[in-house]
Amino acid sequence: MRGLIRRELRLAAGGGAALLPLVFFLLVATLFPFAVGPDGVLLGRTGGGALWMAALLAALLPVDRLVEPDRASGVLDQLFLDGVGEESVALAKLAGHWLSFGPPLMLAALPAAALMKLPQEVLLRLELGLLIGTPGLAALTLGVGALTAGLRRGGALAGLLLLPLAVPLLIFGAGFVERGNEAGALQLLGAVSLLLVAGAPFAAGAAIRAGRD
Amino acid sequence: MNLLLQLDAVACRRGGRLLFERLSLSLEAGEAALVTGPNGAGKSSLLRLAAGLLRPAAGKVDRAETALADEHPALDERQRLGDALAFWVDDPRPGIEAMGLSHLVEVPVRLLSAGQRKRAALARVIAGAAPLWLLDEPGNGLDADGLDRLRAAMAGHRANGGAILAASHQPLGLEGARPVVLG
Repeated sequence: MRGLIRRELRLAAGGGAALLPLVFFLLVATLFPFAVGPDGVLLGRTGGGALWMAALLAALLPVDRLVEPDRASGVLDQLFLDGVGEESVALAKLAGHWLSFGPPLMLAALPAAALMKLPQEVLLRLELGLLIGTPGLAALTLGVGALTAGLRRGGALAGLLLLPLAVPLLIFGAGFVERGNEAGALQLLGAVSLLLVAGAPFAAGAAIRAGRD
Repeated sequence: MNLLLQLDAVACRRGGRLLFERLSLSLEAGEAALVTGPNGAGKSSLLRLAAGLLRPAAGKVDRAETALADEHPALDERQRLGDALAFWVDDPRPGIEAMGLSHLVEVPVRLLSAGQRKRAALARVIAGAAPLWLLDEPGNGLDADGLDRLRAAMAGHRANGGAILAASHQPLGLEGARPVVLG
């Protein structure tokens, strides 16, 4: 299992694939003030939500490199022959994907928040929300990546599949950033994220099995 | 029991088309079978079925621990060959030496030629401990030296109590292999 997770991290690091979501996230954070204008108050109010949008789209970027290359190169078949269950493979991929994108994204949120003129307590809420929400985003990406593996132009379909499913994470994540925890947004964000993390390995495992036929 | 593979009246259906049915085959230690047939007859499907990667439409499959070499080498392109093989087996050296890849250990997999990849996939199988080998067109892309090495490795594996199910359209030099003709 540890070997599998290490392999995922190595694949993410190889060729700078892990940098892509980060760069994308920072790019959105840079462009947003240009689009909205340099009004600090407005930016501070809307910036948290915009950063959550950016995080969501950044999480989607690696969707076609998570499962499909391993399916095409026969790695998934060989793991099966080694007696590694599809669910274990999916769990390792989930852990590896989150490690390569969650913590770096939280780091990138620091300069991004500065660009958005987010006050300090808002930044703290953003970081806490990302800590709880990014595992859910990683789980969604993995599940959709496994479902669309083997399809031609699966990337576009993956986006269509993933974005509606990410709506709860976005609502509670951005809601928590903007209004604090008055309506229990943080707990709901945690619940949604937990549900996705618990379900994704099984969904992805079943998708990998079904993809062999 | 020394049965390493047992196919009991299996049928295989792909995309609604019946490829073969009521196919029975058993392999004991030291035995080998060679699957032949025209393109699309289901040779690869039979091997994937024996590996458990496909479910039979009917019948039953029992097998010992299995290694498969098909057209996918399953090696990480960016890694050096030695490291990529070490991901799958504890000690890849026996396979590397058997297939004559010692001089390529430091070369990244993405730079290998088709024949070298085939050798690498076979090296993975040879270095592994699985008693049952499933080889899908193992001679494809191999030169005369590669074929000699493959023949020697297969003979050695059978002498050590292994069994081999191979699919090929070219002679592999599997002595006493039972023919399985599809299509």
